[in-house]
Amino acid sequence: MRALRFLLRKEFLQIFRNPALVRMLFLIPVVQLLVLSNAATFEVKRARMFVVDQDGSTMSRGVVDRLAASGRFDPTEASASVERGHDALMRRNVEIIVVIPADFERDVVRERRGAVQFLLNAEDGATAGVTSAYAREILSRYAAEINADLTPTVAQSGVGAERAPQRGQPQVEIRSRGWYNAELDYRYYMVPGILVQLITIVGTLLTAMNIVREKEAGTLDQLNVTPITRGVFIAAKLIPLWTIAMVVLGIGLTVAHVVFGVPIHGPIALIFAAAGLYLIAALGIGLWVSAVTDTQQQAMFVNFSILMVYLLMSGLFTPVSSMPHWAQRVAEFNPMMHFIMLMRNVMLKGAGFADVMRQLVVLATAGVVVLTFAVRQYHKRAD
Amino acid sequence: MTQAIEVRDLTRRFGTFTAVDAISVDVGKGEVFGFLGANGAGKTTAIKMLIGLLEPTGGSARVAGFDVLTQSEDVRRRIGYMSQRFSLYDDLTMRENITLYGGIYGLSDEDIRTRGDELLGGLGMMHTADTLVGTLPLGWKQKLAFSVAMLHRPAVVFLDEPTGGVDPVTRRQFWEMIYAAASRGTTVFVTTHYMDEAEYCDRLSIMVDGRIAAMGTPAALKAEFGVASIDEVFVRLARPSAAAAAGG
Repeated sequence: MRALRFLLRKEFLQIFRNPALVRMLFLIPVVQLLVLSNAATFEVKRARMFVVDQDGSTMSRGVVDRLAASGRFDPTEASASVERGHDALMRRNVEIIVVIPADFERDVVRERRGAVQFLLNAEDGATAGVTSAYAREILSRYAAEINADLTPTVAQSGVGAERAPQRGQPQVEIRSRGWYNAELDYRYYMVPGILVQLITIVGTLLTAMNIVREKEAGTLDQLNVTPITRGVFIAAKLIPLWTIAMVVLGIGLTVAHVVFGVPIHGPIALIFAAAGLYLIAALGIGLWVSAVTDTQQQAMFVNFSILMVYLLMSGLFTPVSSMPHWAQRVAEFNPMMHFIMLMRNVMLKGAGFADVMRQLVVLATAGVVVLTFAVRQYHKRAD
Repeated sequence: MTQAIEVRDLTRRFGTFTAVDAISVDVGKGEVFGFLGANGAGKTTAIKMLIGLLEPTGGSARVAGFDVLTQSEDVRRRIGYMSQRFSLYDDLTMRENITLYGGIYGLSDEDIRTRGDELLGGLGMMHTADTLVGTLPLGWKQKLAFSVAMLHRPAVVFLDEPTGGVDPVTRRQFWEMIYAAASRGTTVFVTTHYMDEAEYCDRLSIMVDGRIAAMGTPAALKAEFGVASIDEVFVRLARPSAAAAAGG
């Protein structure tokens, strides 16, 4: 234990003597939150719209006006030819084509139905889905308006009093309220996940690089020749990096809360407790990488390969619930997924200890398993 | 304890390549033993097995009275090691490096301080105690590395090409330090490429292609090969073709 004290002192001295590292540790949270939380969003700000109005009626212009007036769509091009629209879509000049066929108004008035076609660039399915949902919503509101205009008001029709008053179709009005993120600010959803991703990268990468750098420099052999045990060596490496990752999380939370106004409804202590458990698994991965690689370059490569899968299977960018069944099963084993879920629950929903018990147990188990596996990989003597 | 180092048929293979081929060596307590060989002859591999950094494929070795395979922690407490490459921490000061290794070997705070002062005073480097090691000239670093390897007063110290790239004056000082250590009872196991240094050793072995081709005192070896210097002995063993070409 006495040796551990000296080793810890050495690690902290080395970390704080590396100004580039210290700067990075404090800058990365800020930069990542600024860039990622604003860039990684599915929100569709303004879709450019190609209008093919073959009807040229009041009603068809109404459709275009309503779409444009919503602020979600920008009528940048127009033509009577759908083909021209296709070209524009292909050249990425527009995101959506709105086709209003001839006789649209006549059909609406006579048959109470008219067809409007939306053609979307669905390379990015999520964005296309959101865009089309907006367009449909606007259009259905317009349809309701037209419907009201075309239906004679009940008050004026004294004649048919014996019949039930004609009110068009019965309508159900849906008023939805989004809980936990009422303004649907995408950043509220992204920031907790980005914080997790941040300490994961800091934790795994720093651990792997730190140990492999000692391998490269030959200082690791010098330590392995001494009587310090594997456990003491690993503890001396992981404790400082664990501490740093927790500090980075603290900085990240502060920036998220103060700068972005992301709410932290649940107990902050719970966030840190969960992070503490989660980091054991994250650092364990770094330790494992350092045990199976010999150079910083290899360590970097292996680390990023692992992190990539880890991130994609975490539900940070794409919801786990929309993954295929097998992938959801795999994601169950990803501690990052559980920690992101926990962070969102605690920060946005104000979940307490009892609400996230399951995730805490999963994180603790993952920590023990990963670390045990990694420690077993690490040997003072090469085979 | 009869011998400081007892090696029996120690072997290490990497795939089909045999780096160390059944070598046997005995080194007595307090002896300065020169472990010679050309580049790639297997010296570093052999040392790594003796200090517990590399698993042997076969054979056995005892260092400071303990088996390197089964009692490696007992061995580690009693040995010092200085590698070919400087392996103290460049981003720590001299004093911090000394304190670190003192602490690792379980020295008391008192011992760390007094031995640290002794060490720095002995090297004449007291004024640079708080200088980052990375900024020191190579010769100073090597002397510091040797002193740190001796800090816990090991029974056996392994020096792998300790004087590589060091100027002649510093090399001489370095050998004075080696002799001083040996006179205090420490066994010194040293590899070198400088044949003049080999002459300073009590006994030598010369490794060729993973085997020990010759072993004995410098005088005995020279007599055996009928030559005037260890340099010539080495060339005959390690580079037979070159020796023949030179008309030897």
